[in-house]
Amino acid sequence: MTTGKTTTVPQDAAAALVKLTGVSKHYGNIRALQDVSLEVSAGEITCVLGDNGAGKSTLIKIIAGLHRHDAGTFEVEGEETVLANPRAALDHGIATVYQDLAVVPLMPVWRNFFLGSEPTKGRGPLRRLDVEFMRRTTRAELLRMGIDLRDVDQPIGTLSGGERQCVAIARAVYFGAKVLVLDEPTAALGVKQSGVVLKYVAAARDAGLGVVLITHNPHHAYLVGDRFVLLKRGTMAGSHTRDSITLDELTRQMAGGSELDELSHELERVAESGTGVTDATARGAGRTGPADAAGEASRTTAPTRDDTTR
Amino acid sequence: MTAATAVDERLAPTSLVRRLLGRPELGAVVGAVAVFVFFSIAAPTFLQASSLSTILYSASTIGIMAVPVAMLMIGGEFDLSAGVMVTTSALVSSMFSYQMTANVWVGVGVSLLVTLAIGFFNGFMLTRTKLPSFIITLGTFLMLTGLNLGFTKLISGTVSTKSIADMEGFPSARALFASKWEIGSVTLQITVLWWLALVAVATWILLRTRAGNWIFAVGGGADAARAVGVPVVKTRIGLYMGVALCAWISGQHILFSFDVVQSGEGVGNEFLYIIAAVIGGCLMTGGYGSAIGSAVGAFIFGMTSNGIVYAQWNPDWFKFFLGAMLLLATLLNAWVRKRAEASK
Repeated sequence: MTTGKTTTVPQDAAAALVKLTGVSKHYGNIRALQDVSLEVSAGEITCVLGDNGAGKSTLIKIIAGLHRHDAGTFEVEGEETVLANPRAALDHGIATVYQDLAVVPLMPVWRNFFLGSEPTKGRGPLRRLDVEFMRRTTRAELLRMGIDLRDVDQPIGTLSGGERQCVAIARAVYFGAKVLVLDEPTAALGVKQSGVVLKYVAAARDAGLGVVLITHNPHHAYLVGDRFVLLKRGTMAGSHTRDSITLDELTRQMAGGSELDELSHELERVAESGTGVTDATARGAGRTGPADAAGEASRTTAPTRDDTTR
Repeated sequence: MTAATAVDERLAPTSLVRRLLGRPELGAVVGAVAVFVFFSIAAPTFLQASSLSTILYSASTIGIMAVPVAMLMIGGEFDLSAGVMVTTSALVSSMFSYQMTANVWVGVGVSLLVTLAIGFFNGFMLTRTKLPSFIITLGTFLMLTGLNLGFTKLISGTVSTKSIADMEGFPSARALFASKWEIGSVTLQITVLWWLALVAVATWILLRTRAGNWIFAVGGGADAARAVGVPVVKTRIGLYMGVALCAWISGQHILFSFDVVQSGEGVGNEFLYIIAAVIGGCLMTGGYGSAIGSAVGAFIFGMTSNGIVYAQWNPDWFKFFLGAMLLLATLLNAWVRKRAEASK
């Protein structure tokens, strides 16, 4: 990860691109989200952090127009809105890149790039896809994001996970998204691939987009984020700007403070009987949370994670 | 697919072989050549021009339906009612004209509406209930089979319809749906033209229109397609109505070439259509395949079903050949696709 944090000046524009205030969501008698507030402005990255089941998915579905919120307000550029469906979100310039369903694996890159918004030429029965334009634009747009694809005709499933994410991001940028919602873009990726994706996230920000980055990795969040919203069991556990929190504090809050202390005690006792585990503890603490850290430490040899995991 | 105009210099060495390997219908073409060579040797009469026209005719009767079925499979769904729907379409057309003593074209029009409605029903039920298409269309298949027999007996008193050959409009309808031309010793049936036209239109739709892009997307990843704004429900319903449209063409051909329709016909043909599509490179899981492949699949069917007769074998063996061909084609397709994807 080479892009240092450029000093983004939070714009003092009158209205944030997307602003949620006290939003709640129930599924039957299950409280999925309670009183969560979040805002993102142009050229800014707001990170939503939380462990599994914290309500990140629900939040993303509300912003993407898949679900409607039950309470609170949802403002898009200062105007209160209720999104009926994903199409409505897109029409408002809110593009969502999902973790796993961003693309159709068997289809060529250029078909995926324009899927759902294909440009056509000709009239009547001769109205057809502008294939040449689609191919050329796909290649050019990807190049602009720094991805030099050998062949835009290859099935997108043959690209690496990071590259696929980047295609999805480039697609959203090209189609005039003002707000980019990214659902765990680095979750399934190795260190190098994650770095590549974060670079494109930063590139999207520099292009003037507002980015909502959902993640459970405080390290990734802190590398690019301007604001941090912490979710815990469906409620907001904290909301910080970059100036008001350090990485350590963010990691600590994210992992659940005292729970983590207890865990590291437990793991230290384990460490006495084996080598290499203390290393895992240190790394586990910085990562996802108690469950993951325990899983990591239970292996005697901590595997090195690199970009072989796609 | 046309070659990219702005060719990347790193792409220059892509060999023709490699590009061919990437085509879904390659396996079927290899299979077709093998079958052709095999029967050319095994059956001396196989290569005669008259044999060829017979083969083309039987290929076209399957091929007309294999085209929309292949499109439907690319869209990730099945239609088990396709076979009997052809019969339903013919029955409706014949019985409506006969009972109303109307011009046969009225019956043809009513039949079109009824058949499209059945296709719509299949698609609507599928998208509404979210049940597997296997179940939905199995239900339609059984219901149509029953209705075909029941209604025909109720109205005609027998299992077949009355002759409509002396009715108004019959000659012109026959000209459109069942003409044949003698060219030398070769008989060319109009179904062959219908078939080729349908293959061309379907290929155009699949590769060069927005709808085609959506069909591949709906079959290859419906959730992703929905998320980027593809009208998934409309695409699926449209695909089922496409099957219905071709069932109507097929049904009218049967009616106007035989004049009477047997109400029990068509059962089992749905599998022939699916087999032709699969031999032609369609994936059972959707998202991959081609209309041209389905045509090659249908041609293989035509060669095999007639080749066995020309070789003077017992036709009982035909189903065995068909089954073996299906397995081989699927294996070959899987292998070819793996090679193609690995080479990229």
